[in-house]
Amino acid sequence: MMNIIVCAKQVVDVGEIKVNPSTNKPVLEGIPKKISDIDKNALEEAIRIKEKLGGKITVMTVGPPDAKEKIKELLAMGADEGVLIPRPQGADYHIVSKLLSKGIEKLGNVDLVLCGEASIDMFSGQVGPRIAGFLDWPQLTYSFKVEAEAGKVKAHRNMGDRMVVTEASCPAVLTVTKEINEPRLPSLMQILGSARKPIHEWTVSELGMDKEPARVLEKDLRGVKMERKNIVFKDDMDNAVEQLAEKLAKEGLLG
Amino acid sequence: MILELSEQQKMIRNMVREFAEKEVRPRAAELDEKEEYPHAALERMAELGILGVIIPQEYGGAGLDNVTYSIIIEEISRACASTGVVTSVHNSLTAWPIIKYGTEEQKKKYLPILARGEKIGAFGGTEPNAGSDLGAMQTTAVLKGDHYIINGSKTFITSGPKAGIIIVFAVTDKEAGPKGISAFIVEKEFKGFSVGSIFEKIGINASLTSELLFKDMEVPRENLLGKEGDGFKIALATLDGGRIGIASQAVGIAQAALDESIQYSMQRQQFGKPIAKFQAIQWMISEMATKIEASRLLVRYAAYQKDAGQRISKEAAMAKLFAAETASWCADRAIQVHGGYGYTKEYPVERLFRDARITGIYEGTSEVMKMVIAGSLLR
Repeated sequence: MMNIIVCAKQVVDVGEIKVNPSTNKPVLEGIPKKISDIDKNALEEAIRIKEKLGGKITVMTVGPPDAKEKIKELLAMGADEGVLIPRPQGADYHIVSKLLSKGIEKLGNVDLVLCGEASIDMFSGQVGPRIAGFLDWPQLTYSFKVEAEAGKVKAHRNMGDRMVVTEASCPAVLTVTKEINEPRLPSLMQILGSARKPIHEWTVSELGMDKEPARVLEKDLRGVKMERKNIVFKDDMDNAVEQLAEKLAKEGLLG
Repeated sequence: MILELSEQQKMIRNMVREFAEKEVRPRAAELDEKEEYPHAALERMAELGILGVIIPQEYGGAGLDNVTYSIIIEEISRACASTGVVTSVHNSLTAWPIIKYGTEEQKKKYLPILARGEKIGAFGGTEPNAGSDLGAMQTTAVLKGDHYIINGSKTFITSGPKAGIIIVFAVTDKEAGPKGISAFIVEKEFKGFSVGSIFEKIGINASLTSELLFKDMEVPRENLLGKEGDGFKIALATLDGGRIGIASQAVGIAQAALDESIQYSMQRQQFGKPIAKFQAIQWMISEMATKIEASRLLVRYAAYQKDAGQRISKEAAMAKLFAAETASWCADRAIQVHGGYGYTKEYPVERLFRDARITGIYEGTSEVMKMVIAGSLLR
């Protein structure tokens, strides 16, 4: 039996974001929201572990009230219950991670915490490791293959320049990469059934976090301007390739 | 009436859209080209509950409302109109008449099989000489002991070569006109059943369409649907619901045409800027979007009325008439937006153009829709 927590974040659908060309700021109003993709990989892995070992899956989110609807999607996929903790104004990664770790402590008897390696909007990858730090649990980051058994977990991890296999005893925190699995789609019956699963709403103060100041302040947010150079090489193929390579090298794009 | 979808309906739409994008759209062009039935998609749709969307939960379905059903057919058809019509016929034209008119035994026997997708459904109404004039059908059924013996043929049957359960209409009393028509639940394994020619069509090529031939076909007496003579009534009521499905399919095709046009017009550069910057293109896009939204609201209104237990002949006819004409018009405009490329097989709009055309013909032509609408207004 595994008592698993999956941390999931509601994000804006980054594919829909446009940058205002005059202010260079991303336009975030009216953009549809969704659960960060890699968090669904984390839930899928949790479901597979539960299918093998039995147990319970709780999805935990720090976010605005409308995140509740998105939590229902995760309940439809196979999580058993949800917890929504409101995100304090200006909360940084430190506060979000600490809120989650307090939530995990409040839930109690947790064997595994699964997170996506990073959220698709900010992609900082801090929350999983910070939770492990607060709880003083082992952390297995960037896992692309996970083998869990009673009381311990083994993760194959992509460290960029090398692959590492790490084993830890439970409780432990895992972050997973997108390659680990293909998240399942819920069936109509599962969607209907999700309405009956509980979503608990906890307050910041009941987690003892209402006086915690943010340490990192967001000063500005700018979109990355992408413009085509519209350079066309019209010579014969050999010359054109040479010219293209030369141009790319000049731009510092060939390493 | 609430125009906003419920959170549950949105969740279902998102799920079906993701499924359609990932698993249906990537194969749509290939299946069309090869005239190949969408077996893999149907298998997945059974797992996801889509093949039993309107079947009550006690018989293994999801038991959902018609508005949700309409959303699902639209999303599937947006990715592949062939898969859309197979799903629509399976639910609206096969499961629904059993739900509405079937005995408890018939429901227990057939609905779970349809919900699980073990057998795909079809509807045997049209004959070579009985299309819009369904009452002129010539297929006969004669009761002989415990079986009806059915002789005749049906044509233009969606999923004909693949269907396992078919609602077949036949004349049991020649003197009684339309009131002499009866409905039967037929299994393809019944003795005397065979599949005739498969048609070569210009569109919805992945939904195979064929003749069905009945030669002294033996149908157990208990497979009579409703009472003898109920057939014409059952056919008309079933087709009212089917029109919600086809109108939803048409909205899906039209939406796909708009999606493609928006994407293409923002990329395609002429005279130094994307063609979307030209008013000529903007007007086409605007008119497409407006007609699609109007069609969608008509379909949802008909579906909503059906959920409310109202008679929907007029509403469903209006929805199908407008949505079908919109689908063909939008597909035509989409080709115009794409210019010469739109006329090639490199872009999906040519398939949409071919697929859209059928929506104004099957399950009641646009002209029959106008007859239905006029009939309810000019009493």
